[in-house]
Amino acid sequence: MNPKAKHKLQKRSKGFVLSITGLLVSFLFLFPYLSMFSTAMKPNSSNTEIPPTYLPKAWEFGNFIKVFQELPFGMYIRSTVIISLCTMILGLIASLPAGYYIARNKFRGRTAFLLLVLVTQMFSPTTLLIGIYREMSVLHLINSYLGLILINASFNMAFSVWILSSFFQSIPVEIEEAASIDGASRFQTFTKISLPLALPGIVTTAIFTFIAAWNEFVVAYTLASSPSKQPFSVGLSLLTGLYEVKWNYLFAGSLIAIIPVVILFISIEKYLVSGLTAGSVK
Amino acid sequence: MNILRGRFLLSKKVGANDTPLQALPWLGTALFLIVGFVLWPTVELFLMSFRRVDISGLLKGWAGLDNYRSLFDNSDIKGTLFRTAIWLVVVVAATMAISLPLAQLLNAKFIGQKFLRYSVIVPWAASLVITSTSWKWILNGYYGVFNLVLQDLHIIKEPVDLLSDPKTGFMVLLVVGIAVSLPFTTYVLLAGLQSIPHDIMEAARVDGAGPWKGYWAIVFPLLRPAFLVAAVINSVYVFNSFPIIWVMTQGGPGYETDTTTTFAYKVAFRDQDIGQSASLAVGNFMVIFVLIMIFLKLSKWRDLDKK
Repeated sequence: MNPKAKHKLQKRSKGFVLSITGLLVSFLFLFPYLSMFSTAMKPNSSNTEIPPTYLPKAWEFGNFIKVFQELPFGMYIRSTVIISLCTMILGLIASLPAGYYIARNKFRGRTAFLLLVLVTQMFSPTTLLIGIYREMSVLHLINSYLGLILINASFNMAFSVWILSSFFQSIPVEIEEAASIDGASRFQTFTKISLPLALPGIVTTAIFTFIAAWNEFVVAYTLASSPSKQPFSVGLSLLTGLYEVKWNYLFAGSLIAIIPVVILFISIEKYLVSGLTAGSVK
Repeated sequence: MNILRGRFLLSKKVGANDTPLQALPWLGTALFLIVGFVLWPTVELFLMSFRRVDISGLLKGWAGLDNYRSLFDNSDIKGTLFRTAIWLVVVVAATMAISLPLAQLLNAKFIGQKFLRYSVIVPWAASLVITSTSWKWILNGYYGVFNLVLQDLHIIKEPVDLLSDPKTGFMVLLVVGIAVSLPFTTYVLLAGLQSIPHDIMEAARVDGAGPWKGYWAIVFPLLRPAFLVAAVINSVYVFNSFPIIWVMTQGGPGYETDTTTTFAYKVAFRDQDIGQSASLAVGNFMVIFVLIMIFLKLSKWRDLDKK
């Protein structure tokens, strides 16, 4: 065998080893979700059989429809969608002008504002739960969508402001200057020129905020006491504590709640790291 | 006239100094939310830790340091602090150690690389409550697939219930904690790897010292900033982690798998001792605050400030 062919063979076998390794690692990461899928597909009775089986004996695709009758799943999803959408909208209303402004202007207090954003990015509702509970009872917002929306939007403000301002910064100032020479006001320049150009950043922020609210658990678990106000993360955790758990429906519902979010998350993957590390890596 | 207005606006662009009052319409809403719903709860929490709160949540005046005293007298706090330290150190260290080769794999070129990247992202995107519920079901002592695998491999004869025993239960929590922390740190390291120029990576590979030495001598030093940032932010996430422990063991049996985060929750909302819980939460906040200071030191936020 000549050296060139040998080199080629080595390269190919290296690629093969990498592919196999990659597949095994993928399997490990997906395992809990594959296992959920298998459980979701089983008839209810076979989930409490001893010994259990790896795969369903009969595949019950209908479980993905039946979950809406068997569990209050539709109600949970409704609350989750309301909370997440409103969080997303409020988040954008607050972070868009702020992100734009700090990208484009110098003002007294800028350093203080940046520091406030950076420091609060690390604050977690989990640690501040008692303070949040106390504030919400003072404001009479316990067990309300509004309370959850305000908390979710506020704790995601830092990420949103940060990622948006880095997007606005990447738009050349000259484009805006041309617009303002043409007579556009500061606000018009912002809405007509900068917003459309920063669209990828806006979509990223919107999706990230939406997902954060979608998955939020501890605040809703503490504040939302009536089932009709609970998002699915809370509803699900309470269902598993019941005496008789219908695991197949529970996991069918869980998968319905996970899949759209995973797809959305993958779509903004490129910008996540820079937003979450406040630009200190990328 | 238009030109004049244009000039006027230009002077308002980068370089000019606005007064805080001019900045307010743009920053107001964000400022309102951060101050109103992030800082206010923080202040409330600190105040609460010095207050006397009765079992129904009513305020009964000031308590001085009584809440802190009762926290130190709590017989379960010592074990909880010890476990929290283990939880933080083991999960973060293991996550970082596994992330390094994993990021390298995600950065390599091979068929199926995209699929691997998407698979690694899933536990990051999915609700932690759901992921933890799935692990709990997998490990179920009667019906779980984990026992099935071990029995088929003839490692065990009888099914085991790992979560009911505090020792094995806590170990399981550590493993799940590591598994769900990996995506974030791996993606930060991947971003770091991608920012290293290609010829430097190539030089490290073909360097006479061999790929292993080349990695530690050339690649890792360039990766260090990303590594440190990932480690610090991950520490904050891990320290605050609530759903994994809550869903899988609720910190039980008793308080034997609690960390300070779940312990504070139980003291407040189960034992109804809001004051004592607030004093522990203040302690938790202090730990986070130290981590934030380290992050600020590492991050390049001043670069943005200068622009």
